[in-house]
Amino acid sequence: MSERASGNGYSVIGRPLPKVDGLRKATGQAVYADDLDLPRMLYGKLLGSRRPHARIVNIDVSRAEALPGVKAIITGKDLPVKYGILPVSEDEYPLEIDRVRFVGDPIVAVAAVDEMTAEQAVRLIDVEYEDLPTAFDIEEGLAAIDEADRIHDYGAHDNVHKEVNLEFGDLDAGFEAADHVFENTYFYSGSNHLAMEQHAAVADYGADGKLTLWSSTQTPHYVHKAMAKVLEMPAGRIRVIATPVGGGFGGKSDPFPHEFCAAKLSMLTGRPVKITLTREEVFYAHRGRHPVLMHVRLGVKDDGEITALDFQSFLDGGGYGSYGVASTYYTGALQTVTYKIPAYRFRGVRVFTNKPPCGPKRGHGTPQPRYALEIHLDRVAEALGLDPAAYRKSICVDEYTMTANHMRVTSCGLRECIDKVVQASDFASLRGALPEGKGIGLGIGSYLSGAGLPIYWNNMPHTSVDLKVDRGGGVTAKCMQIDIGQGSDSVLAMTVAEVLGIEQEDVKLICADTDTTPIDLGAYSSRVTFMMGNAAIEAAEKIREKILAAVAEELEIDGEALAGGTECLRAAHGHIVHEIDGIPSGKSIAFRDAVPLAEAKFGQLSSTGSYTPQKLGGPYKGSGVGPTPAYSYTAAVVLVDVDTETGVVTPEKVWIGHDIGRAINPTLVRGQIDGSVYMALGEILMEEQAFRKGQLQFPSMLDYKSPTFLEMPSVESFLVETDDAEGPFGAKEVGQGPLLPMPPAVANAVYDAVGVRIDELPITPEKVMTALDRKARGESPRYGPDSVPEYTWPEPTKVDPVWYDQPPEEWVETKRRPVTLYAAPPADDEPGSDAAGGPAQC
Amino acid sequence: MNISVDNGSTIAERLRLRVNGEKHDLIVALNKTLLEVLREDLLLTGTKHGCELGECGTCTVLIDGEPMLSCLVLPIEVQDREIETVESLAQGGHPHELQIAFAEFGASQCGYCTPGMMMSAKALLDEIERPSRDQIKEHLAGNLCRCTGYLQILEAIEVAAERREVARRTPIGDDLEANDPGEDGVEEVAAE
Ligand code: FES
Ligand code: FES
Repeated sequence: MSERASGNGYSVIGRPLPKVDGLRKATGQAVYADDLDLPRMLYGKLLGSRRPHARIVNIDVSRAEALPGVKAIITGKDLPVKYGILPVSEDEYPLEIDRVRFVGDPIVAVAAVDEMTAEQAVRLIDVEYEDLPTAFDIEEGLAAIDEADRIHDYGAHDNVHKEVNLEFGDLDAGFEAADHVFENTYFYSGSNHLAMEQHAAVADYGADGKLTLWSSTQTPHYVHKAMAKVLEMPAGRIRVIATPVGGGFGGKSDPFPHEFCAAKLSMLTGRPVKITLTREEVFYAHRGRHPVLMHVRLGVKDDGEITALDFQSFLDGGGYGSYGVASTYYTGALQTVTYKIPAYRFRGVRVFTNKPPCGPKRGHGTPQPRYALEIHLDRVAEALGLDPAAYRKSICVDEYTMTANHMRVTSCGLRECIDKVVQASDFASLRGALPEGKGIGLGIGSYLSGAGLPIYWNNMPHTSVDLKVDRGGGVTAKCMQIDIGQGSDSVLAMTVAEVLGIEQEDVKLICADTDTTPIDLGAYSSRVTFMMGNAAIEAAEKIREKILAAVAEELEIDGEALAGGTECLRAAHGHIVHEIDGIPSGKSIAFRDAVPLAEAKFGQLSSTGSYTPQKLGGPYKGSGVGPTPAYSYTAAVVLVDVDTETGVVTPEKVWIGHDIGRAINPTLVRGQIDGSVYMALGEILMEEQAFRKGQLQFPSMLDYKSPTFLEMPSVESFLVETDDAEGPFGAKEVGQGPLLPMPPAVANAVYDAVGVRIDELPITPEKVMTALDRKARGESPRYGPDSVPEYTWPEPTKVDPVWYDQPPEEWVETKRRPVTLYAAPPADDEPGSDAAGGPAQC
Repeated sequence: MNISVDNGSTIAERLRLRVNGEKHDLIVALNKTLLEVLREDLLLTGTKHGCELGECGTCTVLIDGEPMLSCLVLPIEVQDREIETVESLAQGGHPHELQIAFAEFGASQCGYCTPGMMMSAKALLDEIERPSRDQIKEHLAGNLCRCTGYLQILEAIEVAAERREVARRTPIGDDLEANDPGEDGVEEVAAE
């Protein structure tokens, strides 16, 4: 039967269906923010600071004001309310008032009749600055400075934004018990998301005092909240609509100055205002990957068993807080969810520097430590004469355990991921055996399926889905989630279709609109499939229950037989079929005919489902970063060619295994894996945010090199379906995790190829050549930082660890949501409160 | 003809453009690129932009069948030439094979690079019936995509090429012939 075609017992889930928005995008019909053109619309433009750190002495807009076609000009004084994505670091104004902190920091906004006039006006604005001392890197960011010269007047001290010192278990005893201690330093460079669409927003303030903002944002809810705060308007009068996002990768997850400015300019002029950033402005708006300097000290037994890990990270944060506090914790949170580490110390510090603010980029704070740790383990394996794959498998965490830092691990297919890629690539026999210049390397990783906590403290659901069924049998699903290309629209449509037994095409979507859709926190932390999926299942099951009850009545099916499980009603492919002992009885009814029956019986068919993750996390400050309802796991093997004449590294083939839990749509899952591999390769081989005195060296797509068709190797991916207990249909995340194993896998492959360690990204030809030279001269065959700064860390917070083999008292059982193929209606006419219903086992 | 428009700072010109088989008589600001005229004056917003400096390929359109970056083209240079944008691909309500394949094989994630990608791919398929993987890569190297890692785009183009070839060899239905403007070499071949 076709419903079994995918082999998993589902009728929709698991099928490689076309992306629901695919044709609208392929025909050019999808309307992105910059495509909007409203009557009487004005164009806005921001003026960014020319100085990296300065006091604003005076802003003279008189020449700009006099320019014909200019309709309004605003400065910081017009929007004097601070905001920031994290409540602990609300340190930004839409337009800075008295101080700029990086080149490009917005200070004035203009609205004019066309873009050219707005640009001209911006050039006519005279700003007088008084320069302040600057800090451009981690070292400078750590230096002591006068109070008046600090980049911000909050944070730990000087230009230190955040410092963390957490100790789990007895570190000294751990190192004492070690037979060997390995130490090294690593550096992971910063990079931009480079989404193809530049940020854009259109604001329309009506005569009725209501504001609508269309924006290319991953987080319409947080933008809505920030708008109300900064504009000092009731949130109820503001509507935020996220337009299809032309690539996000974390880069459109903060509220941005151009959004507030478009709104304010529209309020002042009574006309719609559009602001689209130029590519250069996008580079300066940034919020990209934090450059991180890391130190790893690892104690192991002779057989490689880890006894203690002491990890330090130094983050170069740029000019503002953004997600930085979370980023800092993330550089320390997930080391333990891949390997058994009984004693663990994490010390992290983030400094403010006079550069564009860093924030979350795909993998948010976790690719950096993963790079360090996986290269480090490769070193350990070599020193101890262990096979790197077998070694990793011997120290992997087990499923359903706790980690020393109190992270709850549930389903875990990491060993199987390693097996898949090792077998497919023939890793064991190729490693160390390939001709000079060819090498093979392995890396692994793990990521969250959604952050366990929301960004601001509250007890409300993280996501909700509303369903409405019309009398013609059409189903509309509403949710504030935004499809940023990852395919969340498809997940929503497929989930609802599966539960109701209809097809993907029968589900219509209304999404990402704060007026018409129920909450979803946004497209970040790989949370949407997991959380929205669960909410959608709950909502759809409520509708299905009513429909099946009406069908049972219409077909005169014995309620007792259904309850007893000998008979059932199966909803699939647009029909509800009656089965006796698993065999169709001949009675059936089309879904669209069942809908009016159910509406007559129960009234309008509408429902809501919600999802709130369980409270997880240990008894310490900072434990909110890292917990998730389920971790995804990934392993990757990369085959590279290293040209010893030029130092050019060419990845030739990638094998990647990902514990997806369940692939809801394998085509889209593969797309996320390919895309993650690609994005990783860019960071590994070429992409870098380089500055000269706070000025970006490569603020254009030509100079900021990213991989093209020609640089992309073939990727063989393996989906490991661990059927997670809490994930929708067993699904976990895939949007970010597959990036993580790539950087170390490439670095390890380079080592296998030519015997040099590149401990600093990107792995450029110059670095490879330098390391090869050193090797030839008999020096340490390595390129990378030699040490980390001496830093006086705060007193450690000591936390008792949880032992891996002893589930602690605080162990939280996963919420298992039974997703049933066969559902029985309730015996009586009233749908019960138990939405999941009792499955009738046929 | 130069005209001064409302804000006094911009000089406009009169322009005849032939886009997707339709003729347009326009008055547009002198400094506007073809990209801006397409998007702002003709509201053909299917064509996107990622840099407006000729660096990303997102704004690719076809001019007399050749892929060109519309952000670098001045409209006056292409007066009376045949300009094709993504909006021209679907004919008579039927999406182009490339569009179907892109949707089917995950070649369009965020979709922002898709129109440009598709126009480059169309030019290639119009020139080479069944391009090799290397030919596709070579030909599309100027079109950046940040989402897909390019692999599913490659697959979609290969499948579209294959399906077009099959369609060419099989007699096609009346509806397609009826929509054939008669100027498109490909469709003429197909109609034979
Ligand atoms: S917008 Fe034309 S090449 Fe980027
Ligand atoms: S699909 Fe997003 S840039 Fe190509």
